[in-house]
Amino acid sequence: MDHIIISETEHDSILQIRKNFKGRVEILPVNEHGLVMLEDLGNALTHAGKNTLVSIMLANNETGVIQDIKSLARISHEAGALFHTDAIQALGKIPVDFRASGVDLMSLSAHKFGGPQGVGALIAQEKITLEPLTYGGGQEVGRRSGTENLAGIAGFAKAVSLVPQNIQAMKACKKIRDRIEQEIGEYAPEACFYGAAAGRLPNTSTILMPGVSSETQVIAFDLEGLCVSSGSACSSGKVTPSHVVAAMGGGQDQALSTIRVSLGPDTTQQDADAFIFAWKKLYDRKKMS
Amino acid sequence: MTDLPIYLDYQATTPLDPRVLAEMMPYLTTKFGNPHSNHSFGWEAAAGVEIARKNVADLIAAAPEDIIFTSGATESNNLAIKGMAYALYPLKNHIITAVTEHTCVLESCAALKKAGFDVTFLPVDKNGLIDLAQLDQAITAKTSLVSIMAVNNEIGVIQDLKSIGKICKRKKVIFHTDAAQAVGKIALDVSAMNIDLLSISGHKIYGPKGVGALYLRPNANIQPLALFDGGGQERGLRSGTIAPALCAGLGAACKIAKQDMDKDNDHVRNLAERMKSAIFDGLDGVHLNGSEKQRYMGNLNLVFEGVTGDALIKELRNIAFSAGSACSTGRAEPSHVLTAIGLDKTQADCCVRIGIGRMTTDQEINYATNHIIDAVKKYAQGFNLISSLRQIFLRPHKLCC
Repeated sequence: MDHIIISETEHDSILQIRKNFKGRVEILPVNEHGLVMLEDLGNALTHAGKNTLVSIMLANNETGVIQDIKSLARISHEAGALFHTDAIQALGKIPVDFRASGVDLMSLSAHKFGGPQGVGALIAQEKITLEPLTYGGGQEVGRRSGTENLAGIAGFAKAVSLVPQNIQAMKACKKIRDRIEQEIGEYAPEACFYGAAAGRLPNTSTILMPGVSSETQVIAFDLEGLCVSSGSACSSGKVTPSHVVAAMGGGQDQALSTIRVSLGPDTTQQDADAFIFAWKKLYDRKKMS
Repeated sequence: MTDLPIYLDYQATTPLDPRVLAEMMPYLTTKFGNPHSNHSFGWEAAAGVEIARKNVADLIAAAPEDIIFTSGATESNNLAIKGMAYALYPLKNHIITAVTEHTCVLESCAALKKAGFDVTFLPVDKNGLIDLAQLDQAITAKTSLVSIMAVNNEIGVIQDLKSIGKICKRKKVIFHTDAAQAVGKIALDVSAMNIDLLSISGHKIYGPKGVGALYLRPNANIQPLALFDGGGQERGLRSGTIAPALCAGLGAACKIAKQDMDKDNDHVRNLAERMKSAIFDGLDGVHLNGSEKQRYMGNLNLVFEGVTGDALIKELRNIAFSAGSACSTGRAEPSHVLTAIGLDKTQADCCVRIGIGRMTTDQEINYATNHIIDAVKKYAQGFNLISSLRQIFLRPHKLCC
């Protein structure tokens, strides 16, 4: 590969490829809904060939916005490029079908849908030969050397078997998520829910509280016994504005004042009430000051 | 009566110590947070990771901040060798290793060679040890890294790390050692031995599979090139969410290894010596592969003249041990280690590796010893024809390391 096309809202593990990749890396913008536009990919693919890889995530880790992977993969293939999707946030929340999606490569992680940390998978079409990152005993058909994490793999497999149940439980999550957004939206008209107009994962909401920094919000919620996140967990060590919110046209101010709320099958209406109450309390405090 | 089957392949992997599992359980259940999250669930998980990091560091007399968690020794070795080689390229373009290294070290070096690096593969003597003078001479102004394993996975011999470290320090080259088979078995002190990089595996020391560590001596000027890009965890050297349960498991395994090292070694030595002398007394034509003095006693790599390792494995289905064939699937070549110490293909085919460990019992050793002696006696008589037919028609078992 000498040409990689990615989107601006990818996870850090994809975005950081540009640091060391020797070829050309093109970064596609997203619209205000967080979606990659087919025209933009089409333009970027003008000079594409068999050495081009397109990587666009299925569902965003911060906003939950779901990309039209099927169409994006189709036009990539028409241009002769390979297509990879980071489906890590999608599995267990919405139906994911590798074959039907038409992608060539798909990344999965166990600990995002009830499996253990420390294990993931890459699904690749048979025709694809991969240069391994690690060399050694030639495990995983020579693609990933090193003794397999057997317990992790067993946990992964079990979590996969529970996916249909998980997706079922997402209906309740969506109800709770929508109620949170509705109540906060009614209370604070300037609050913003990124990607709400696009198709989103049913459990994720990225919420803007204007004028209150993400850090302040996270700490305030923590004092109320609520664990939420300022952007994605991986980059939480550093206080940087969310690159996803910024990419959606939010600007620096907004990118610094959003938090991500994500729900699971165990989240209750009471949890949601507590969150809504705490949010309003913090919002009022800001308005008074 | 002994419970069957009996596990005697502790170099391939070890059972999880129940004490290790106990330390892991909270992180698989209630303390499930992402250690990189900035809230109480995250902090709780991160705290567990840091305790583990200290336990790993303590075992090799290092500082916790110099430990990087990885998915295992294969990744640690790849990161150490390729990462350092590329970090110092093109200023330095030469690396040195030994012919008896683990496949992941040899393959990493082979990949570098393919990419244009110079690689010296040092030979070993009949004891399996490298010649220190030869190492000294092989180092040039272009040498960046020397990678020599601590304890060999196939024959258990211990290289003279302290002397190797001394040479590397004098010649100002980086010293990496694959200590996957050594940690918890021999005393390791990264400062006293001048070790710059040291690879550790969880599942060789009664910890879980899927986790390892790399010790990296602090050096502001040289940072290895990461194998993959991402969130920049582990000081940017190993992106990806850390698995707190696996780290806690590795940490607990290291803590127990440090605490119990003498006890474990006494136990293993007693059993191994008993088995060895019984086999040597009971059979003719048995030899021990590798140095007799400079070895980890829990590894008995034996040649039974005239009886193939495969035949013994098939005969002794209740005893789990390895034959001396190549590690890679499908390759019907003799082990590169056994060839390196001077065995020919026929001799190498007649080797078995018996691995004894913390959980091995007296009864298991008695049972295994008696059955091995009986089986070898049975096969040694008029076995030659069958043996050659087997060699032609059957693929050898692979040795997992």
